[in-house]
Amino acid sequence: MQNPYLPYPVRIDEIITETEDKNLKTFKLVFLNPDDEKNFSYMPGQFAELSVAGKGEIPIGIASSPTEKGFIKFTVNKVGLVTTCLHAMKPGDIIGVRGPLGRHTWDTLKGKNIVIIGGGFAFTTLRSSIVYMLNPLNRMNFKDINVIYGSRSPGMLLYRNELAAWETRDDINMHITVDGTDDPDWKYNVGFVPTITEQKAPPGDPDTYALICGPPIMIKFTQPVLDKLGYTHDHIIMSLEMRMKCGIGICGRCNIGKKYVCKDGPVFTLAELDNMPKEY
Amino acid sequence: MKYINIDKKNWANGLKNLYENYRLFGPVKNNKNHVFKKLSKGELPDLNYLNTLLSPKSIVFPQSETMFEYSLDESKEDHHILKEIDKDYSPRALIGIRPCDAVSFKLVKRNFDTPEYKDPYWLSAYESTIFAGLACSNPCSTCFCTSAGCGPFHEDGLDLLLVDEGEYFIAKILTSRGETFIKSAGWETEADPIAAEKTIKNMKIKAEEKIASFVSTDQLKNKSAIDLYAAPFWEEIAFACINCGTCTYGCPTCWCFDIQDEISKSSGIRMRNWDSCMYPLFTLHGTGYNPRNAKVQRVRQRFMHKLKYYADKYGDGIQCVGCGRCIRLCPVNIDIRKVCDIMNNYES
Repeated sequence: MQNPYLPYPVRIDEIITETEDKNLKTFKLVFLNPDDEKNFSYMPGQFAELSVAGKGEIPIGIASSPTEKGFIKFTVNKVGLVTTCLHAMKPGDIIGVRGPLGRHTWDTLKGKNIVIIGGGFAFTTLRSSIVYMLNPLNRMNFKDINVIYGSRSPGMLLYRNELAAWETRDDINMHITVDGTDDPDWKYNVGFVPTITEQKAPPGDPDTYALICGPPIMIKFTQPVLDKLGYTHDHIIMSLEMRMKCGIGICGRCNIGKKYVCKDGPVFTLAELDNMPKEY
Repeated sequence: MKYINIDKKNWANGLKNLYENYRLFGPVKNNKNHVFKKLSKGELPDLNYLNTLLSPKSIVFPQSETMFEYSLDESKEDHHILKEIDKDYSPRALIGIRPCDAVSFKLVKRNFDTPEYKDPYWLSAYESTIFAGLACSNPCSTCFCTSAGCGPFHEDGLDLLLVDEGEYFIAKILTSRGETFIKSAGWETEADPIAAEKTIKNMKIKAEEKIASFVSTDQLKNKSAIDLYAAPFWEEIAFACINCGTCTYGCPTCWCFDIQDEISKSSGIRMRNWDSCMYPLFTLHGTGYNPRNAKVQRVRQRFMHKLKYYADKYGDGIQCVGCGRCIRLCPVNIDIRKVCDIMNNYES
């Protein structure tokens, strides 16, 4: 019987400090056994359990795209026991990865306009989605791509080099924003994500889907904006967070009603969430 | 259907034979209460009991269970890599399990044995276990099994059912595994099936008549989970609760667990431990946010899970077998029978 709790061993290949507060680091991981990489076949929006021997496991969204081969990436905020230990690790150290976990919704997104709305450090799986869609083999499967991404300040944006590169492309419309800045050279938007969404997002229609990841306060104020723009709730796709342990719908803690966020999510449409208790 | 008469004079000898082929677990009196424990050679289960303090779920799902081991010693080639460990899944038998507890394993199996993922620890232990049930002739006042999908002589989930007939047990063989088990004990006296079934049927009717409490569940599936979730009665139900978690530990159908690492010097293990939705840490996010921060939210979760979410998810009844342990053990007298009726009768 295959053991779904057993992590694949991986080596930390590279650690990138992403933000000016040094609280977010991206870990580039390489599988010790090539077969494990084949078995770890994922799509943007899924997550994995990162396992640190002696500390425990944490559920983290996959920041790399399946179109990027030879490694997987996770951007981790320093919060608790396992993440603090991870932040103190160095390239060459051995950890574990268990997954991919959770479902994705790419079947419904093919051939559609995609509006990505992200805030703060919840941009990781959205980065995966963008890299996936921009891949030459996939780009023709999507119509217009708009990205609204905001953080508190320029130094708190993730993946700044990639953001700058996407800004120069003509097959993706970037709307980067910060809550505020005193940097005279800042050439992008200033304003909260809901405000920029109202100004920049295309109107809702049957061929347009919004993918949202961000802090609860951003989601709370963005939703009325999307309603106003005409997005129906089955065209708004969100990713939820919950405390998790097993990640496979067995240990019992991440339920909302009869759904487990780990296995039945973490991606839900707003229409699905409307039919679930508001316990998240 | 095959029936074997076991003369109680041959009981101890049969168990001695079984000891050669099975690890035996049975109810034993420990201070004031009966508990399920592994029987040592020659030790007899005490079958004169109402029910055990805790359910026998720990025989398949230990309260603490090691999952993996690893070395943190960087001079070792495989340091920091988790390894599976050898476990003893040789045949074992639960002797004298009550029918309600036996059926609980079938309810819980739906959680551990899914189309996508199989829990290897739970399933290996479950598949290696013979369930030798003991029919209940004297139910407790808190038992409500007959309205919770089973009953004092219920056979589902058992390999054989023992019925105490004074001088002897009638063993009703329910599966081929049960037949092998009985053969292994050397109990061979076949009973006349018609007479045996008649005796069992009469005893069953008498036992069922003694069940004095009931729950109504017929309307639960028609209610909206969101309406029940938002209902005004939860504050009152949760008012006295002290979130001790006793209900979840005693419950045969509560399966939630935590996963933790533990290290000693340069070696470590990853283990799982029973957990409880009664505790705030169960759902506390790293950010400090907690979707079930208030007691009332946790109490609601426990009852909604057992009586609504589970029933909706699997479409085959509630996640409760009516053993009554949570009622007997609750220090503040919260009664699932009352909660179930309130939910069943609620009109939004």
